Amino acid sequence: MQIFNIVIAGVGGQGVLMASKVLAESALASNMDVKQNEVHGMAQRGGSVISFVRIGEQVHSPVVMPGSADMLISFEPLEALRYIHFLKPGGRLVYNKVSINPSTVAAGMAVYPGDVEQQIKAICPNSHGIDALAIAREAGNGKAVNMVMVGTVMKHLPLDEKIISQVVEQLSQGKAAEVNSRALAGGAAA
Amino acid sequence: MKKIISGNEAIALGFGDFGGVFASGYPGTPSTETLEEVARLGQVYCEWAPNEKVALESAIGGSIAGGRSLSTMKHVGVNVAADALLTLTYTGVNAGLILMVSDDPGMHSSQNEQDSRNYAKFAKVPMLDPANSQEAYDMVRAGFEISEQFDTPVMLRTTTRISHAKGVVVPQEKIAAQVGEWEKNVPKYVMLPNFAKLKHVEVEARLLKLQEYAETTPLNRIEMRDPEVGFITSGVTYQHVLEAYPNASILKLGMSHPLPEKKIREFAGSVKRLVIAEEMDAIFEEQIRAMGIAVEIGKNKLPLCGEINADILQAAVSGSSAKPVSPVAGLPMRPPVFCPSCAHRGLFTILSKLKCFVSGDIGCYTLGALPPMNAMHSVIDMGASISAAHGMAKVNVIAGRDEKPVAVIGDSTFFHSGMTGLMSMAYNGGNALVIIMDNRTTGMTGGQENPGTGETLQGMPVRQVDMVPLVKALGIDNVAELNTYDLKETEAAIKKALATPGPYVLIDKNPCILRYKIRKPAMNVDQEKCTGCRACLKVACMALGLNADGDDKKQKVRVDPNVCNGCGVCKQMCKFDAMHELEGENNANL
Repeated sequence: MQIFNIVIAGVGGQGVLMASKVLAESALASNMDVKQNEVHGMAQRGGSVISFVRIGEQVHSPVVMPGSADMLISFEPLEALRYIHFLKPGGRLVYNKVSINPSTVAAGMAVYPGDVEQQIKAICPNSHGIDALAIAREAGNGKAVNMVMVGTVMKHLPLDEKIISQVVEQLSQGKAAEVNSRALAGGAAA
Repeated sequence: MKKIISGNEAIALGFGDFGGVFASGYPGTPSTETLEEVARLGQVYCEWAPNEKVALESAIGGSIAGGRSLSTMKHVGVNVAADALLTLTYTGVNAGLILMVSDDPGMHSSQNEQDSRNYAKFAKVPMLDPANSQEAYDMVRAGFEISEQFDTPVMLRTTTRISHAKGVVVPQEKIAAQVGEWEKNVPKYVMLPNFAKLKHVEVEARLLKLQEYAETTPLNRIEMRDPEVGFITSGVTYQHVLEAYPNASILKLGMSHPLPEKKIREFAGSVKRLVIAEEMDAIFEEQIRAMGIAVEIGKNKLPLCGEINADILQAAVSGSSAKPVSPVAGLPMRPPVFCPSCAHRGLFTILSKLKCFVSGDIGCYTLGALPPMNAMHSVIDMGASISAAHGMAKVNVIAGRDEKPVAVIGDSTFFHSGMTGLMSMAYNGGNALVIIMDNRTTGMTGGQENPGTGETLQGMPVRQVDMVPLVKALGIDNVAELNTYDLKETEAAIKKALATPGPYVLIDKNPCILRYKIRKPAMNVDQEKCTGCRACLKVACMALGLNADGDDKKQKVRVDPNVCNGCGVCKQMCKFDAMHELEGENNANL
C-alpha cells in the first residue's frame, strides 16, 4: 500500500495533538505502520501548529514533504491556507470555517484576509468547510472541535471508522468520552 | 504489546524496563516529556532538579550509590551540566549512567542550534543516536550495558524529530532494578590532580576500546543495496535517506561516537559515490576526511543550519529539486503569544509604554520581545537577564547615563541560575530593577513543577520556596510585590523602583492561568461606545480584533468570547468605557 500522508493544522490550544494521537492509535490498532510528528513546546500559546500522520506498510520519515499530503485537516481557515501547499495534486482539504485571529491581526498589525475561503477553493477544488464549533457545542463542549474534524474526514481515511470510534472512547475519560463520541458522530454526519 | 509512542516516551519506558533506579532532569524542549512519562508510568523514582548541573550531579550520586541513573535535558542544558560531565568522564560510573540530551535542529523552540555530538567528542564518552522510537527504547538498555562494561557515562542523543515523533515500539522483557554496593573509592571518585592524571590515561585507553566496540556492535550496521551511492548517516536523517533513496546503500551509525574507522573504510570502498548525511555540524565528515577517505557530498552540498529532509537530500545528491511547491504568500503570521489572561501581558504593556531597556530571559515572557510590545532587548541564556542587567548598569555609570536597566525573569529560571546573578548584583553594589514573574511553574515547557510550585514531579506535596525572604537573604533590601493585572499599580511600582537608586526587586505572584486552569468571565465590547482608537490592541491579546461589519462600517474592536479569559487588562486601556464582562448565558466561561 502507498503511504497515506495526513497534515493536521490549527492554532495552539485547539487539540491538534489529540486529533493526531487518535489517528496514530487507530492506525496501530489496524495493524499498520504509522509515524506521527508535530513540533510543540510553544504550541499552547496561540501559535500556528502543524502535525503529520503517515500511515502505510512501512513508514520511514516522520515528516510529510510539501506537495505530498493526501489530506489536510485544518481547524482554522487561515491555517488551511497557510499549509495548503502540503497537499499533492488532487489531495483533499477539510477545514473548520470558524476563524481565530492571529496575534498580528489582534494587535492591528495585519488584516485577516476577507477572502480566505475563496482562495482555498481556487487552489484546492477538493475542499470542504464546516462549522466545527457549532457541531462541537451541540455535542456538549466547544473544545471538541478536534473530534468533530476527525469525524468529518473518517470516511476518507484508510482506516475503519469503527476502530477510530473505539480509539476515541479509549483515549477519553469520563464525561469527555460521551462528548467526544457525539462530536465524532456529528462530524461524520456533517 | 505494541505501542505508538514518541522517542521521549520510549526512553522513559526503557528506563523503567531496563533496571532504572533514579532519574533527574530539568525541563527543556524537546526533552521534557521524558521525565514526565517516567513519573506517569510510576515505576521509578524521578525528580526535577532546579538546573541541569544539579540534575546530572544527582544522577552521578545515584550511580555511585549503585542505582542505574538517568539525567535528561535539552542541548543547551548540557552547557550548564558540562562542568560535571567533563570530570564525570574521568571518574566513570558505578551503576550505569545515561545522560539524555535533546538537540533542536531548526530551532523550533531553542535559542541556538548547537550540536551535542561535539560534547561526546569533547568529553570522550560514547554517544548513541536513535533513528526512531524503537531504537530510542532499545538504546536505553544498550546505553546502560556500555556504561557499565566500559566504566563510562553514555550520552543518549535525540533530535526534535526523534523526541517528538511517534512510532511503533515493541517492548522487550523487563530487567528488574537492582541496587549495587555503595563503596568508598578515593582514587576513582576524588579528582585531585594526582588521581585525575591517572584517570586521564584511563579515559584515553577507554576511548580506544570503545572504538573497537564500535567496529563490531550491531548498533552500527551496513545495509548494502545499490553500490552506486552510499550514505553514512545517523538519527532521523537515516529515515530521510531511506525516504529519498530507498535503494541506496547505507552505513547507519547507531553509535555516533567514537566512529568505527574500519567499518567506514570497508563501506566507502564498496560504494562509488560517498555521501555523509548529517544534520548541523560536520562531525562525521571531518573525522572521515581526516581518515583520508574521499567524500563526494557532505557539507559542500548539505546545510550546516536547520534540519535535513528528503527534498534537501535529493537536491544535493541528484541535483533535482523535487516538486517546486511554495506556500501562499502574504498571509498574516501567527506567532505564539501570551495566553489570554496571562499575567505577563500587563507587565509588558507597561514596560513597552515606559520604553525601558529590558534585559530578558528564557521563558514565556521572552514573547515580550515581539511586536507590538517590543519590550525585551536582550535574551542570551538562563539567568542572564539579571547578570547582564548588572553589567549594563555598571557601564551606564561609567558612561554617565542615568537610565536603570530592567531585568525580567520567571520563577523557574530564577531558581535555575538567576539567584547567583542577583547575589552578585547585591554584593557588587549594582543598580538594576529585577522583576520576577513568579507564576509558580515552569511555563514555557508546559507547566512543570519547580521548587516554588509546592509539589514534586511525582506529586508529593512539599514546602514552597518563598520568594521574598529568599531575595532578601541574597542581599536585596528593596523588595516589593506587584500585581500586573492592575496596570496603574504596575506602572507606579516600576516608576518608583526606577527612581530608587540601587538594586530593586518586584515580584508578581499571579499563577500561570494555563497550569492552574484559571477561568474568568469573558469581556464584551460595546459597539456604540468603541471609537476604534486601538488603544486596547496594544496589549496584544488574540481575543481582540478589528471588525468593520457594523452599521457605520467603521473598524471597531470585538472580543472573541471563545478566546477571552476575562483578565480585564484591555479594559484598563479603554478611555471610553466600552469594555465590560459579557453577561449571563452568552458567556461560555461562566
